[in-house]
Amino acid sequence: MGNSALNEAVKSVALTGNEAVANAMRQVHPDVVAAYPITPQTEIVQIFSTFVADGLVQTEFVPVESEHSAMSATVGASAAGARAMTATSANGLALMWEVLYIAAGLRLPIVMPVVNRALSAPINIHCDHSDTMGARDSGWIQLYSENAQEAYDNVIQAVRIAEHPEVNLPVMVMMDGFIISHGMENVYPLADEEVRKFVGERKPHYTLLDADNPITVGPLDLQDFYFEHRRQQAEAMFNADKVVKEVADEFAKLSGRQYDFFEAYQLDDAEMAIVVIGSTAGTAKYVVNELRAKGVKAGLLKIRMFRPFPAARLREALTNVPAVAVMDRADSLAACGGPLFGDLRAALYSAGKRPLMNNYIYGLGGRDVTLDHIRTVYQDLEEMLRTGEVKREINYLGVRE
Amino acid sequence: MAVKEKPMAQEVQKPGWKSIPIGGLILRGGSAEEFQTGDWRTEKPVWDGEKCTNCYLCWVYCPDMSIVLEDGKVAGVDYDHCKGCGICAAVCPPKVRAIEMVLDRE
Repeated sequence: MGNSALNEAVKSVALTGNEAVANAMRQVHPDVVAAYPITPQTEIVQIFSTFVADGLVQTEFVPVESEHSAMSATVGASAAGARAMTATSANGLALMWEVLYIAAGLRLPIVMPVVNRALSAPINIHCDHSDTMGARDSGWIQLYSENAQEAYDNVIQAVRIAEHPEVNLPVMVMMDGFIISHGMENVYPLADEEVRKFVGERKPHYTLLDADNPITVGPLDLQDFYFEHRRQQAEAMFNADKVVKEVADEFAKLSGRQYDFFEAYQLDDAEMAIVVIGSTAGTAKYVVNELRAKGVKAGLLKIRMFRPFPAARLREALTNVPAVAVMDRADSLAACGGPLFGDLRAALYSAGKRPLMNNYIYGLGGRDVTLDHIRTVYQDLEEMLRTGEVKREINYLGVRE
Repeated sequence: MAVKEKPMAQEVQKPGWKSIPIGGLILRGGSAEEFQTGDWRTEKPVWDGEKCTNCYLCWVYCPDMSIVLEDGKVAGVDYDHCKGCGICAAVCPPKVRAIEMVLDRE
C-alpha cells in the first residue's frame, strides 16, 4: 500500500499505524499541516508530504524548524479559521509544551496524532506513554488507540469532536510507537467521500481573516477575566463527554465500528480485572481468553478517552469488580504510582464498594510486555482476591533487579 | 501613624463565564483605547505651548500615541494613556525644551 492513496474499492488493506493515520489525514483533507520529523512519528508527515506532492490534497504543507514552531504554526492557522493538523512524539511533544496550553486556551480545534515514545534521558525512541501522560493536564482531549484501525478511526472522529461548537478543544490521538506505528495490520478504511462527508467543512465562529468582523486573539487576560476563561475550558471538557459519545454513535453507523469511552472486555461478571491503555490491551485480552477457558472470571478494561477522564462511568464499571490491577506505561515518578492509577483510585473513592487495587508500571522505553507478564498480574490478582490484601501497591513489571 | 483608608469604589459587576466570548477573544477592533494605562505613570510630561515649535518629534516618537494634535498642531498630552516614559521630553530639541518631566503626585 505504501505511500499511494487508498483505493476506494479495497475493503481491507495492510497498513502500518503511521500509514493508516497519514491516510486518515489525507481523507480529512486539512487546510494546513505543519510538519517536523521525530521518530517514530516521522512517517506520518513524510507520507502526508507525498500526498501533497502528488496533488492528492490541496493542503498547505508547512515544514518548520522545530516542534515549538509546528504547534505555533498550527495555532496560527487554526485561529485564522483553517482546519490545521500536525503530528509528533516524545521530546517533540515536550518542545511544544507552552504552545499546547495556548492551543487549548484559545479553544482551537486542532487534531494532532501523537506516536507514543519514551522521554529522554536516557535517550530512547521506543514506546511508553510518558510523553502524552505529561500533557494530560494541558487542556487537550486525549484518545488512545489499541491498534492501527483504532488510530485511523480516532483521527477521523477527533476532527468532529474538536470542532463541535460545545467543545472547541484540541484533540490528541495516540498510538504506541513502533508497536502500532510501524507494525503492519489489516485496516478497513472508509472511502474518501464517506470521510469527507463525515467530517464536513470547519465552520469557525470567528476567524482572524474576517476583515469585516475584526477580532483580537490572545489579549492580556488578568485577575478580572482569566478565571472565567479557564472555567469555560473546564465546561468544554464536561461537554466533551456527550459529544464524544454522539460522534462515536454516528461513526458506528458509517463504519460498523462502535467506540466508547473505554472498552469493557469480559467485565460484567469479572472477579478480577486489568485496566490498561493502548496496544497492551491486545496482549491482555489473549490472557483473559485463556483464563476464561479455565473458568477463571478474568476481565479487562481498556481506556480509550483519558482526557476528559470518564470518572463516573469508570466508577460504575469497576465498583463491582473485587480486584483490579491498573497498568501504567508511564511512571509519574511521584512515588505514589502511575497517572492512570492515581486518577482511577480517585474516581473510585466515592464508590459504595471499592475494589482492592494495585498498580503496575510496565513497558517503559519499549520493554516488551509478554503474555507471561500479564499472567503474573492475574496471578497476583488471584492472590489478592484470596487473601483480601494488597501485598504491594506499586509494582514494576518486567524490570531486572 | 494611622493609615487613612480610601473608601472602596463601587464594584461594577462584570459578566460571568457563561456570557463572555470563549478563549479570551475580543470581538471588535479598537478596544485597546478603553484600557487606561495612565495610572502606571511615575513622572508626567508637562508641555509648554508657548515654547513648542510644532516639530512633531514627540508625536512621532511617543510609543502610546499620547501626544494630542488639534488642527495639525500639538495641543497637549493624553494623560489617560501616557505611561510617563519620558521619550517625548528626551526628543524635544535642546533649543526648544517644551516638555518637562515632573513627579506625578497630587
